[in-house]
Amino acid sequence: MEYQAKELFAKHGVVTTLGVVAETAEAAKAAAEELGGVTVIKAQVKAGGRGKAGGVKIAKTADEAFEHASNILGMEIKGLEVKRVLVTPATPPEEEYYFSFLLDRSNRQYLCIASVEGGVEIEEVAKTNPDAVKKIPIDPGAGVDAAKAREIATEAKFPEPVFEQAVTMIEALYTVFVEEDATLVEVNPLARLAGDKLEALDGKVSLDDNASEVRHPDHEAFVIKDETDPLEAKAKAKGLNYVKLDGQVGIIGNGAGLVMSTLDVVAYAGEAHGGVKPANFLDIGGGANAQVMADGLDVIIHDEQVKAVFVNVFGGITACDEVANGIKGALEILGDEATKPIVVRLDGNSVEEGRRILDELDHPLVTQVPTMDGAADKAAELANA
Amino acid sequence: MSIYLNKDSKIIVQGMTGGMGSKHTTLMIEAGSNIVGGVNARKAGTTVELGGQELPVYGSVKEAMAETGADVSVVFVPPAFTKDACLEAIDAGIGLLVVITEGVPVQDTAEVWSYLQGPTNHGGTRMIGPNCPGIITPEESLAGITPHTIAGKGPIGLVSKSGTLTYQMMYELKDHGFSTAIGIGGDPIVGTTHIDALAAFEADPDTKAIVMIGEIGGDAEERAAAYIKDHVTKPVVGYVAGFTAPEGKTMGHAGAIVSGSSGTAIAKKEALEAVGVKVGKTPSETAELMREILQGL
Repeated sequence: MEYQAKELFAKHGVVTTLGVVAETAEAAKAAAEELGGVTVIKAQVKAGGRGKAGGVKIAKTADEAFEHASNILGMEIKGLEVKRVLVTPATPPEEEYYFSFLLDRSNRQYLCIASVEGGVEIEEVAKTNPDAVKKIPIDPGAGVDAAKAREIATEAKFPEPVFEQAVTMIEALYTVFVEEDATLVEVNPLARLAGDKLEALDGKVSLDDNASEVRHPDHEAFVIKDETDPLEAKAKAKGLNYVKLDGQVGIIGNGAGLVMSTLDVVAYAGEAHGGVKPANFLDIGGGANAQVMADGLDVIIHDEQVKAVFVNVFGGITACDEVANGIKGALEILGDEATKPIVVRLDGNSVEEGRRILDELDHPLVTQVPTMDGAADKAAELANA
Repeated sequence: MSIYLNKDSKIIVQGMTGGMGSKHTTLMIEAGSNIVGGVNARKAGTTVELGGQELPVYGSVKEAMAETGADVSVVFVPPAFTKDACLEAIDAGIGLLVVITEGVPVQDTAEVWSYLQGPTNHGGTRMIGPNCPGIITPEESLAGITPHTIAGKGPIGLVSKSGTLTYQMMYELKDHGFSTAIGIGGDPIVGTTHIDALAAFEADPDTKAIVMIGEIGGDAEERAAAYIKDHVTKPVVGYVAGFTAPEGKTMGHAGAIVSGSSGTAIAKKEALEAVGVKVGKTPSETAELMREILQGL
C-alpha cells in the first residue's frame, strides 16, 4: 500500500511526505488539523485506480477531511474494503513524471522505466507516445551507482532544474529495490512541486516473498491481516501453501504444478456435474505426514463452500503409504469434524501399499479412484450431490 | 545419447552432508549416477557413507573438481547460501550446475545469471534451476530428485517447469520411455529455459519427439512457441497447467502468477497451437497425443 511504500522510500532517503494513516474519520480530522492547510485524503488499498473510484479527495478544512474520510472509509475499490486513509498535505505538482525499477523476468535482468511526460497517465503515454517512455536495462551484477543514475536521468531527460535531485532519487530508489529485495519499486507520480522540488507523491513496492523469508523478518509487518482471507490466514499459520478460490471441490495435492493441473482437471470434470469448481489451491509438498494432511483437511473442511474433497498425490519422493497413513491419521485427529466425502487418487512410489492401507481403513467418507481424471470426475459428482 | 547428462557424467553434491543432500545423494547413487564426492568447507577431508559408497568431502568445488574430474554439481544448500554456492561452482568452471534449492531470493538468481553472462563464466557453465527437480537420463544418470523408478529409456525428450508434473507425465508415458527429462524450475528467473532444452533435444539423435510442460506466469511458453516455429523439426506436444488460476494469486511456484492479461494458460496454449504444437487439456490427454505421434513415426 501507498503508506507502506512511502515508509520504505523514507527509510532509504527517497524524498517523500509520509502523512498520517487514519482508520477513523475522527483520526483523519485530527491529522488534518495537525498538518494544517489543505490536505489530501487517500484510500489505502492494494489496487490502482483509487482516484477514479472516488477514493482520493482534497479537503480545504479539517471538517472537510472528516467528511471525506467518512465517505471513503468503508467504500469498496476493486472488491477491497477501504479500512484506512492516508492524510497528507496537498502539494499540487507543477509537473508529473513516472519512474520505476522492476524485475524483467523475460530478459533475466532488471529494467528501469522512466518518463518525464505524464505520471499517472503513463499507460496512455505508452500507447500514444511510446518514445516518451524510456526503458533502460540494468545489469543485476553491476547495479546502479552514481554514474549509472546520471546516465538514466540523462536518457529520461529530466529537466535541468530538478536534474541533480533526480540523480540522487534514482540512486535512492535503486537502494530500495535491492536492499528490500523488491520485484517492483514504482513512483507515480514523481512530482515537480513549486520551487523545483522533486518528491515521490505516490508509490508502490512489491516484495519478493522468498527474500522476505530468507533475510527480511521485518517485512512480516507489511502483511495487512485484515485483507487476508480467514482461511488463508489459518493455512498460513500452519505453514501451508494455500490459496482460497470460489468453488465446491476442496483440493489437496503435492507439488505446485500437479495441484494447478488438478484444479484444471476438476474444473473440466465439473462441467458435467452442475458446473462445480475447485475451492482452493493447496500444495502439501514433499513430506506429506499425518499432521500436514490433518492440517490441510482441517482448513478445507472448514470452508463452508466445500462439498467434497479431492486428494491427488503422485508419489515421487513422497511414498504413497505415508500419504495413506497421513489421511488415516488426519481422520483420527479430526474425528467427528470430518463430515465431507474425500476422493483419493494415489499413484507412483509405494502405491500398492498406500491403496491397501486405505482399503483396510474402509472409512465411509473415503473413496479411492485409480486415475486422476476418474477421481476428478468422482469428486465433482459428489460435490454436486 | 541424451542431453546435458549421461553415464559418463561425474557428479559432486554441494550440501551433500545436509538432510536433503544426503537423502538425495543416496537416491542418485541408486539411480546409477556416478557421484564422486561432496563439498562442505567445514567437513573437508572427511568421508561420508551414502548408498553403500564412501564419498570424500572436499573444502571447495575447485578442489573437488581437481581431485575427481567432476563436471556436474548438484546444489542442495539452503536458500540463503545458494548464491554463493553457485558463484563458487561457476568460478571453478563446472560444466553443469543443477540447483535444486527452493526459495532462493530472485535477486540472488538475477545476480548469478548476470555472472553467467560475463567473462566471469570462463568455464562455460550451464545452470539448471533453481527450484527444480533437476535432470534425469534414465538408466544412465540422475542429477536431481526425480524418482528413477518411474520410467526407463526411450525416444521422448521432456522439459517442464514443474517437478510433480514431470513425474506424472513420465508415469503416463512409461510404456515409451525418455531420452532425458529436465525440470527447469518454476522461479521467475531460471538458468535453462524451455528454448534451451528444445534446442538440445532437436540436436539429440535419440530424441524422436518432445513433450513440453508449461504453467501460468511469464512468457517463456510464448517464446518457446516462436522458437519451435523456426527451429524445431521434431514433433512437440504441449501441456499448460493453470487454466483456472485467478489473476494476482501466486500458485505455489514463485513464478506462477497471472498478472493482468499476460501469463495466462489460454494465451500460452494458443501460442503453442498457432505453431502446430498439439496441446492436451489434461496430462492424460497430452500423453495420448504423444502416443499417437510415436505410433506414426
